[in-house]
Amino acid sequence: MCLAIPAKVVELSSTEPSRALIEVAGARRSIDIGLLEEDPVRTGDWVLVHVGFALSKISEEQAREQLSTLAKLGESEAAIQEVTGYGGDSP
Amino acid sequence: MLAHRPEVKIRFRDSQIEMAHGAGGKASRRLIEGLFAPLLFGAHSEPLGDAAHVALNGSKIAITADSFVVTPLRFPGGSIGELAVNGTVNDLAVSGAIAESLVVTYVLEAGLPSDVLEAEVRAMAQAAERAGVAIVGGDTKVVEHGKADRMYITTAGIGRLIPGVAITPRSVRPGDKVLLSGPVGDHGTTILLARGELDLEAEICSDTRSVLPLVQALVAVAGAGIRWMRDPTRGGVATCLNELARDCELCITIFEEQVPVRDGVRGVCELLGLDPLHIANEGQFLAVVAPELAETALAAMRETPGGSECIVIGEVAEQPAGTVLGVTGYGGSRVIDMLVGDPLPRIC
Amino acid sequence: MKYVDEFREAGAIRKAAEEIRRLADPKRHYRFMEVCGGHTHAIYRFGVKDLLPPNIELIHGPGCPVCVLPMGRIDDALSIAQDPNVIFTAFGDMMRVPGAHGSPLEHKARGMDVRIVYSPTDALKLAQKNPERQVVFFAIGFETTAPSTALTLMRAKALNVANFSVFCNHVTILPAIRAILDSPDMRIDAFIGPGHVSTVIGCRPYEWIVRNEHKPIVISGFEPVDLLQTIGMLLRQLKADHAKVENQYGRVVPWEGNRAALKAMAEVFELRPYFEWRGMGFISQSALRLRAGYAAWDAEQRFEVPGVRVTDPKAAQCGEVLKGALKPAQCKLFGKECTPEHPIGALMVSSEGSCAAYYNYEYRKAALTHVGASA
Repeated sequence: MCLAIPAKVVELSSTEPSRALIEVAGARRSIDIGLLEEDPVRTGDWVLVHVGFALSKISEEQAREQLSTLAKLGESEAAIQEVTGYGGDSP
Repeated sequence: MLAHRPEVKIRFRDSQIEMAHGAGGKASRRLIEGLFAPLLFGAHSEPLGDAAHVALNGSKIAITADSFVVTPLRFPGGSIGELAVNGTVNDLAVSGAIAESLVVTYVLEAGLPSDVLEAEVRAMAQAAERAGVAIVGGDTKVVEHGKADRMYITTAGIGRLIPGVAITPRSVRPGDKVLLSGPVGDHGTTILLARGELDLEAEICSDTRSVLPLVQALVAVAGAGIRWMRDPTRGGVATCLNELARDCELCITIFEEQVPVRDGVRGVCELLGLDPLHIANEGQFLAVVAPELAETALAAMRETPGGSECIVIGEVAEQPAGTVLGVTGYGGSRVIDMLVGDPLPRIC
Repeated sequence: MKYVDEFREAGAIRKAAEEIRRLADPKRHYRFMEVCGGHTHAIYRFGVKDLLPPNIELIHGPGCPVCVLPMGRIDDALSIAQDPNVIFTAFGDMMRVPGAHGSPLEHKARGMDVRIVYSPTDALKLAQKNPERQVVFFAIGFETTAPSTALTLMRAKALNVANFSVFCNHVTILPAIRAILDSPDMRIDAFIGPGHVSTVIGCRPYEWIVRNEHKPIVISGFEPVDLLQTIGMLLRQLKADHAKVENQYGRVVPWEGNRAALKAMAEVFELRPYFEWRGMGFISQSALRLRAGYAAWDAEQRFEVPGVRVTDPKAAQCGEVLKGALKPAQCKLFGKECTPEHPIGALMVSSEGSCAAYYNYEYRKAALTHVGASA
């Protein structure tokens, strides 16, 4: 289930603290950011949007790490051992 | 009368008419093939095209009709009046004919402000002039308030066949190329946003225009090598190509990454869970051409004003027959099906 | 970074697919279940199976909240819609699901005020704009969607929007996984874990699977790269005879989940003692209903719902397909009486139901003599 898509926060509402404007490929929509109040959202953040609500922030750092891990695949087994895995267990 | 011939079989089993029957997808096809065709088209056995070519006084002319029931009447990029003219011109163009004359019928809702009507009539006049077609007559009816969504317009058009063009699905062969005149999904998503029910903004507008100049450019270089053309209106590119695949019993392979979709349209589709391939277009057409002519055809269309985004999006294969297959650059493939009913947004 | 294109990039996909080939033991036949319907849809949509070696089999699980809703609940919902004062709102996913007397769309065609919404917020706004009407929101979905419904109800309460109510059919994912594992005829080697549900519930709730069943589970994203990388991680665990919970979707899923979302759910919802899942029977503690404090916004309390149980036609094998015991094409009705145009069961209607996904995306590919892909 769960069609949720990554979107960029382009504006925080000045009148309603729980609303923000996000943008996906040139389309803008007003969404509710009330589920992220514990880790406040800022303009420029990327969030995961589902049914008009932001469910999670997307970590650029983790995304880049994941992609670089992939890029390193196919190198020697030893090199692969050094790579920090694909996410792993609890921090 | 045909209707009294006992051997005519009605295959349409749905108990009532739904919005889906007008959406251009499978339900529409069921209605047309199961009810209208057996009762109305009699011995006509050609696969149904955008326009019919009929013999009159020893020569053939093209004839078509289309109705427009869009809400709102005005939207970014156009209005119902322009759709009414361009839609019919395009139906004739993709059947290989140049529109000569249109007749128009208006069904108007009592209470419609006159200036709204005037704006549409002006729009039609301008669109007709741009498209090089004459409006030569028509009819008007007024119905009670609430019985017509402000106005419904029907246009019927006749046109001269372009010599040297013989469009039939049966001439499509494996190896043929599929050309698309430009980005898809603009019109349908624009209408969706223009209804104002969604908290969604994007800089998109309807692509309504006459595709005749592009068709003429294509015909000039590819003439006899054009197997088939169609304008992907309701139901979108996917539905059009599925109809072709069924009619020619071959596989239409689409290179997914080649299908152009404008940014705003892509964003709206992503946010709502819609597939651009299922969304209506009002200013594009698809053509299947012989492979040796594809490059020249593309070049000619690209040099024509409005044709800069023409692109080859696929090719014809043998198997799986009757199917449209979407393939990606990374080796994945999926069947692209015809629209079932209205394109429905999804959350899951 | 766009967070989508990069995870569909051909080079990255190729690498992930090669890694799978490297790790998969050719002497072994692997059965991986993706629980979540969104994954089922993605697998078909991106042709992921085309990229896997033939000894890796993907089994589709019951994580499609539309598919598991018994027909009786749809009829209950539509009985509310029959009230002329009601504006009945639902997500697009529900609109074509057949009830005993037609789908919501068919009811709309007969004149009932049934409207598609894209967010529970839309439904609440409708209620505010139409104070003389009753607006009912047909809430469906797993834990991905429940927090949004919860927050909307909290807002409705705070704003005292009295003409708004929710017909709640939210279900929870873990009992479904448990039911799969308890099934005697199932043999699953590992799980592709639901990516977006986990955004809310985190990764900890799956630890009992690895502890009790010794089966690996990797929480996965939805792009082709994500799915392939997840399968690689599962193979790696199986190779080392490990069984742990891993998070492939770390860029989105926090290990601890979303506390604010969980808080909202706890505030508004409680677990029903039991709930019927289509094709799977009654499962205890598997669905949500509104707490007493929100009774005033509970459509089940405001309206009389028939509560009739409707059994599926005997020939329909929705349950077995839902549990992965049967492939869609093995159901006797598949492709004949049951197609997306005239669906018998919800698995054929919902775009992520395995039958619809298979029918729409894959079915006719079987005629191919070779896998159709540009090399």
